[in-house]
Amino acid sequence: MDFLRPTTLDEALAAKAERPGAVPIAGGTDVMVELNFDHRRPEALLDLTGVGELAEWSRSSGSDGEIRLGAGVPYTRVITELGGRLPGLAMASRTVGSPQIRNRGTVGGNLGSASPAGDTHPVLLVTGARVEVASVRGTRLIPATEFYTGVKRNALAPDELVTAVHLPEATGPQQFAKVGTRNAMVIAVCSFALALDPDRAAARAAIGSAAPTPRRAVAAERFLAEELPWGTPGPLRDSLKRRFGELVAEATEPIDDVRGTAAYRRHALAVLARRTLTWAWNDQQERSPSCA
Amino acid sequence: MRSDEPMGGFADDALVPADGEHGAEAFMPTRRTVLVSAGAAAAVTVAAGKGAGGAAWASAAGDTRVRTVGAGESVEVALSVNGQRRTVTVEPRVTLLDALRERLGLTGTKKGCDRGECGACTVLVGGERIKSCLTLAVMRQGAEVTTVEGLASGDELHPVQEAFIRHDAFQCGGCTPGQIMSAVACIDEGHTGSDAEIREWMSGNLCRCAAYQNIVAAVQDAADAGKKVRR
Repeated sequence: MDFLRPTTLDEALAAKAERPGAVPIAGGTDVMVELNFDHRRPEALLDLTGVGELAEWSRSSGSDGEIRLGAGVPYTRVITELGGRLPGLAMASRTVGSPQIRNRGTVGGNLGSASPAGDTHPVLLVTGARVEVASVRGTRLIPATEFYTGVKRNALAPDELVTAVHLPEATGPQQFAKVGTRNAMVIAVCSFALALDPDRAAARAAIGSAAPTPRRAVAAERFLAEELPWGTPGPLRDSLKRRFGELVAEATEPIDDVRGTAAYRRHALAVLARRTLTWAWNDQQERSPSCA
Repeated sequence: MRSDEPMGGFADDALVPADGEHGAEAFMPTRRTVLVSAGAAAAVTVAAGKGAGGAAWASAAGDTRVRTVGAGESVEVALSVNGQRRTVTVEPRVTLLDALRERLGLTGTKKGCDRGECGACTVLVGGERIKSCLTLAVMRQGAEVTTVEGLASGDELHPVQEAFIRHDAFQCGGCTPGQIMSAVACIDEGHTGSDAEIREWMSGNLCRCAAYQNIVAAVQDAADAGKKVRR
């Protein structure tokens, strides 16, 4: 196994072009497990921790702020520096591993691994995030909805690296919830993210760890857009929450595995959907001046 | 919800150069290392001198060739371990944990699961707690590493070590060095406001003897003692 240590993005892209088989490593929280247990013997490792360009985030100028989050920014920094602007992503980041893991793991790594159970994917799907990928041929932005192509597969070409994620700043309530056997160090049994956009009377919902890829629950989203009493103060009807949960469960395509059964995942996601909708709606009520 | 706005030029925004920790300056130019004896079981390496090799790299300005350590070659990794400058010569596949234990003889840091789950290998790198089994030694070139051996000053134990003894916060002791390193960081981060907060922020360290009750008490005690000292 060769070890490649670029110190600039240009060097990293040149190395990846020359050695498409090189496995990128940043936080190491996925790749190192595979190496330590000999599950994978890459011909080369491409160490991205020396590439400073990847370790920064910035905000686009203008009122409609968008965050460009460098692929190498660890979760700890997402939580402390971007919790207000990207609440959904921060929530998901808080559930990743443990403090030690969050000090090293990155959203770029989550995308590179593209595990259906990756914690940040549902949030990226509901916030309309776009994945910035680069190669010596140039840079392109891939909508998160088109990024996940299969179990641990993504839309990257062999010579490309994930360089950043572009996320609009939250315009409404965002929620994330995850089921695991304990509160830390778990791979999600299933996870769920929800974003409401009251100005546009729209909603997005996405599931994790309950289909070959993270995916949006489109029918459930449409249902919310049509049925939510936008602008009307007061709690939501129970029947509405239940129907939303059912539609989310219908969007899943889960399997039985060591972490849980398909039936359990379907059931749990319906529960998570109801709960997060309640939280998001209450959050919205508190923000809305009409019910102050 | 949000349609795709044009993204002209945004991708290039604010690309900020590396800061100190991830900086390249500490990386030693050991692509020039040479396998002296191909047949030898242990790869014997001649690390290139800092000066000569460094000059070679500097002259490669504008060249996008990347520093590479070939398979089977070893690389010299300079670390500051517990305040002392240490150098290890390792193959790139060697984890920081193995470098500490097997090359530097610092066996205080334990190998529990080797997959980042148990926390027994927790060390501080640049003041941050990380799992040393999930990082390669070569990726931490120039880093400041603190292991459990570096906490006491002489015979005087670190307050967290003392608190662990006072509260009997262990049985077999296998997880204890990791627990203590994690506790030092937990207190430093200010996550000791309540038992629940301590449990949450110590959640990356497993104890197979389930001494959690006493570990939480020890962390709380050490945090309180620290506050008193500061006053």
